[in-house]
Amino acid sequence: MTERSTLAGGAALAITGSGGSGAVTAGLILLAAVGRAGYYGLLGRSAGPQIRGGESAAMLRFGPRPIECMDDRFDLLIGLDWENVARFADELPLDRSSLILTDAQAGPIPEILVRSGAQVRSLPWKALADAQPEGRMNMVALGMVGAMLGLPLDALEAGARATLGGKGGRVLTPALDCIRSGYSAADTAHVPPSALAPPVAGWNISGNEAAGLGAVRGGVRFVAAYPITPASEVLEWLAPRLELLGGSLLQAEDELASINMIIGSSFGGVPSLTATSGPGLSLMVEGLGLAVASETPVVVVNVQRGGPSTGIPTKSEQSDLNIALYGLHGDAPHLVLAALGIRDCVYTVEWAVGLAEHLQTVAIVLSDQMLGQSRAIVDPPGDLPFGAGQRTPLQRLIGNDADTDHRRYRPSPDGVSPMALPGLPGGMYTAEGLEHGPGGAPSSRAIDHAEQLDKRLHKLTGFDYGLGWAEIRGEGDHLLLTWGSSAGPVFEAAQRLRDSGTPTRAIALRLLAPLQRDALLEAIGSAGSILVVEQNQTAQCFAYLHSQRALPLHARSYARPGPLPLRPAEIMRALTDRDEREET
Amino acid sequence: MDTAIVTPTLRAKDYKSEVAPVWCPGCGDFAVLSAVTKALAHLKLAKERVAMISGIGCSSRLPAYVDAYGFHGIHGRALPLASGLKAARPDLTVIVAGGDGDGFSIGGNHFLHACRRNMDLTYIVMDNEVYGMTKGQASPTTQPDWAKSKLTPHGTGMRPFLPTAIALAAGASFIARGFAGDPNGLTKLLVEAIEHPGFAFLQVLSPCQTFRPEQKEWKHLVHPVDTAPTDDPVEAARFIQADDGMALGLFYVRRLPIWQPQNQPTATPADLEREFAL
Ligand SMILES: Cc1ncc(C[n+]2csc(CCOP(=O)(O)OP(=O)(O)O)c2C)c(N)n1
Ligand code: SF4
Ligand SMILES: [Mg+2]
Repeated sequence: MTERSTLAGGAALAITGSGGSGAVTAGLILLAAVGRAGYYGLLGRSAGPQIRGGESAAMLRFGPRPIECMDDRFDLLIGLDWENVARFADELPLDRSSLILTDAQAGPIPEILVRSGAQVRSLPWKALADAQPEGRMNMVALGMVGAMLGLPLDALEAGARATLGGKGGRVLTPALDCIRSGYSAADTAHVPPSALAPPVAGWNISGNEAAGLGAVRGGVRFVAAYPITPASEVLEWLAPRLELLGGSLLQAEDELASINMIIGSSFGGVPSLTATSGPGLSLMVEGLGLAVASETPVVVVNVQRGGPSTGIPTKSEQSDLNIALYGLHGDAPHLVLAALGIRDCVYTVEWAVGLAEHLQTVAIVLSDQMLGQSRAIVDPPGDLPFGAGQRTPLQRLIGNDADTDHRRYRPSPDGVSPMALPGLPGGMYTAEGLEHGPGGAPSSRAIDHAEQLDKRLHKLTGFDYGLGWAEIRGEGDHLLLTWGSSAGPVFEAAQRLRDSGTPTRAIALRLLAPLQRDALLEAIGSAGSILVVEQNQTAQCFAYLHSQRALPLHARSYARPGPLPLRPAEIMRALTDRDEREET
Repeated sequence: MDTAIVTPTLRAKDYKSEVAPVWCPGCGDFAVLSAVTKALAHLKLAKERVAMISGIGCSSRLPAYVDAYGFHGIHGRALPLASGLKAARPDLTVIVAGGDGDGFSIGGNHFLHACRRNMDLTYIVMDNEVYGMTKGQASPTTQPDWAKSKLTPHGTGMRPFLPTAIALAAGASFIARGFAGDPNGLTKLLVEAIEHPGFAFLQVLSPCQTFRPEQKEWKHLVHPVDTAPTDDPVEAARFIQADDGMALGLFYVRRLPIWQPQNQPTATPADLEREFAL
């Protein structure tokens, strides 16, 4: 691989194949292998609309520093076959210095890929696979590519064991044989990864698993949910693990049920959460209003997908900010957070649970398909680095025998009143979605409405959220401002700009509501050029920030819908190329 | 409960809260409230161990009138609210109360699945064959030719929903009907429903004075069920299909598996984190 100068610092590669070709499995093994070789990595996947099988692509980027987004282009495209690859072609940017690896027996390379000008090498994967009992072409290709990338054979083998071990020897043994066969047949000099430090104690985790882990770290022990792409893996991860923690997951009949179930369990004193995607969130909003009004803590992890309606279930978009902010009727203040990366799903969900519990309110956490269904090799997330706030740890203020005033909704200096849990004698009250007085009895009096509205608003706006509201990197007169998963490509764009002599600061908002306006304005400072980056059509965050008077008037917007991921180079172009992208 | 602690015996009125009901004079729901407090007193349940859960409607106001824990939720979602509470807190006696619109129309899907899930809940539906709270529209149990609502000036033209038949088909394990005009019978049924391990469905004919004044006649139409309760769903189905809707008593009771998670912790989140290490 001497022709690939980038490899010492990692590479970006894609593996495509039709259903059953094992493209995704090969990607999973390669991710596990690069992790064991001491690299960081990010594995995204793209699937066609088929329920099962169908074509798919695994996209892997790895390197010596944490990988937070996909690159602008791919160095390598590994074509196990070319069936229907045209459906992914726009997700596989190649150029003249890219290399397509395939087997001549896989058939002609589609014109759309040839047009990129990428070089092509044909390799004898099929023949090598046929020479092995139960031989599989994807494993041969994996072994050979692993050798070309300079990965140690034992890292590839360990990656295969970690990924396929559960399937038993009948799958693992031939896979290992094929990997070895491909590895030794590689005709390139092996580049040992000597430049790398010894492997860090990294984690291999998906965003959806990370969200599940954040939930249980935050104390969640009850989940009710209805399956939906791309959120189901949060639930799949949680169901058996909640049992180990003494909790449980209830598969509800629909999202109207799931949100109300977690309100019920939380009323009973158990920190509770649900996970869903846009259509489910739409069904939940009435329930969220009940949780706000009754001051019952609940957390909703909304793994966004392309909308509106059923939209594009398997692809990413950041277009649910508006419903998360504004979907509830009435004046219904609540928390809206967004995870800034796969690893950050742990932190953001854990923090959201703590905040919801502490502030006795609703927290909506926005993740998305890109984060949820991608896997990464990351540094293990330690303790929540920004969770301090006013009270550590963040937890619910529970009523007890010592309370002299059990009125559930009585105003208090910080707006939070003790919540008696069923079982506490003397603490009896009826939680209310009707407006109520301090004791909980329904009331339509103006004075009660004003008092309770203020209580519910001020407990959120008066709270000290500490440093968690945003992640800020770099200094500069140029500013990239973003939220949620777009943080990945934005951070990389800002880094590249700084590296090339354009001082650029990046701010990624983790806490969207209540907006930390003063802190944001201070972080924006006197930046001369400001671009707000997000993956939706109508610049939802840009409009929100303006509505909150949190943006200087010269700020511009770069907003475009999914499903194609935002890439660093387009963000750099949008920032520097003012005229072309002037916001109206 | 700790047997060393002697709980003074509570009377029915001790279970009434200080909140004054909004109900119209003569509303059947008053009798249901009394029966609930009598049943709680009869069963000597500690107030703080009881949770009354409801949705929205005149009937759904009931929890605030009982001195226990309660949750007055949103329209149609009482059963999920209660199911989540019971899943998390199996130690509580959870009683769900609401109307025919709340339970059979907007909340119809939850009714099916709550029957099927068979959690240890008691579900009281105060059936007045009308939407009382929104001033008199047809509900799923309204007769097809009832034309008093402006929304359905020719009647609904649809056969009414048969709550007991549906409960049976959906897998409920206790099906009974009571009448607000028969407080003793109603209290007895409530006691049985609360004691029943599993999902106990109690339809209560609860006249709406204001929008269905003709329901005053119900007291002449009701009659006790003439057979003993069966545990055979085929027999119960035959009985329910032949029923005129006015038979009072316990129709069907059967021990069925209860859905109730009861997991003991064997791990901590830190233990779970190990699976991610390379
Ligand atoms: C989502 C929603 N839709 C409509 C309403 C208006 N609404 C309130 S109570 C009710 C019907 C109540 O009928 P029922 O459950 O039979 O109770 P009843 O008043 O007869 O006891 C309706 C339609 C509402 N509160 N929420
Ligand atoms: S409207 Fe009917 S159901 Fe409602 S309180 Fe009055 S009598 Fe009772
Ligand atoms: Mg009614």
